[in-house]
Amino acid sequence: MAMTGYLPDFLVTKLDYVASMVRKHSLWPMPFATACCGIELMATASSRYDIARFGSEAMRFSPRQCDLMIVAGRVVMKMVPVMQRIWLQMPEPKWCISMGACASSGGVFDAYATVQGIDRFLPVDVYVPGCPPRPEQLIRAVLDIQEKVQRTGTIDAREFAARSAYEGPTALARELGAEEAIVAPGDYRTATRLRTPLN
Amino acid sequence: MPATIDTLTTKFPGAFTVSAFKDNARVELAAETAPAVLFDLLKCLKDECGFDFLADVAGIDYLNYPGAADRYAVVYALANTATAQRVFVKAFANDPDPELPSAVPLWKGAEWMEREVYDMFGVVFRGHPDLRRILMPSEFTSYPLRKDYPLRGLGERHNFPTITRAES
Repeated sequence: MAMTGYLPDFLVTKLDYVASMVRKHSLWPMPFATACCGIELMATASSRYDIARFGSEAMRFSPRQCDLMIVAGRVVMKMVPVMQRIWLQMPEPKWCISMGACASSGGVFDAYATVQGIDRFLPVDVYVPGCPPRPEQLIRAVLDIQEKVQRTGTIDAREFAARSAYEGPTALARELGAEEAIVAPGDYRTATRLRTPLN
Repeated sequence: MPATIDTLTTKFPGAFTVSAFKDNARVELAAETAPAVLFDLLKCLKDECGFDFLADVAGIDYLNYPGAADRYAVVYALANTATAQRVFVKAFANDPDPELPSAVPLWKGAEWMEREVYDMFGVVFRGHPDLRRILMPSEFTSYPLRKDYPLRGLGERHNFPTITRAES
């Protein structure tokens, strides 16, 4: 008697489970790479680290074909509307990885033009620390996304409707005001130590 | 180079001071004379002295600078493509509304450079064909490279709408 005779004719499972299982193994990343983290992102897609092992190799440069946005690199003021527009153009269901210190918190660029973390303007699912993160870290983030999809995913993406509140960071205990910005006039003659400001 | 300085001195007596650095001359126009003299001086340098190439236009803010008399300076870096000499024309301007004549009629390449100086320092170039911001968004209201502008900005980074997950 053939082996197939012992296989069950049907399985009982949840439709959500099947849909999530299919989705998590075919995440299509939208590489929103603005800076050096983008290089690590390309390295993650290359043969040495090979994100294709986890089913996420289909990087597309059109948001219409993607369901995972990876924001890699610093985002400046002028880029925020573009980023939001690309996010809105992606079809449901979709997820977002904030890759690196700059995308997550502004990093070392605490200057007037750089936004201090994209989660102030976008719903982020997974943050990747590092400057830049190693490809292994990005792969870990993709695995975390897969776990999240498996745990919370539904076939009609109804789990997103519950996330109606702002998910960004809470304000610091004391936000530094604009007038408290660190402006240190240097000594132009010796270029060594600070001098008292002239009046 | 002395011939160039002599030409300028005969045409614009007392309008500028000259300092030399190696083989480059620096021509400085104080804020009182700069708006009236700058364009004619650049035209003289271009037409009569052979400085036919405008390499760069840059802005400087001399706030809190030791020994500075005027606040803003716009530096025109000119090069003579035949003799490889360079001349730097530094024109000063002051608050409340710093204004200088535009060099776009002489060099088309000055257009974007002057737009950048306007964007970062707020120096207005009279006669510029299209004086808009070039780096910052058009709704930006201040001039970020001025020394009295705070490093963290004036809160311009946070005026975008926040997209929540339910509405996207």
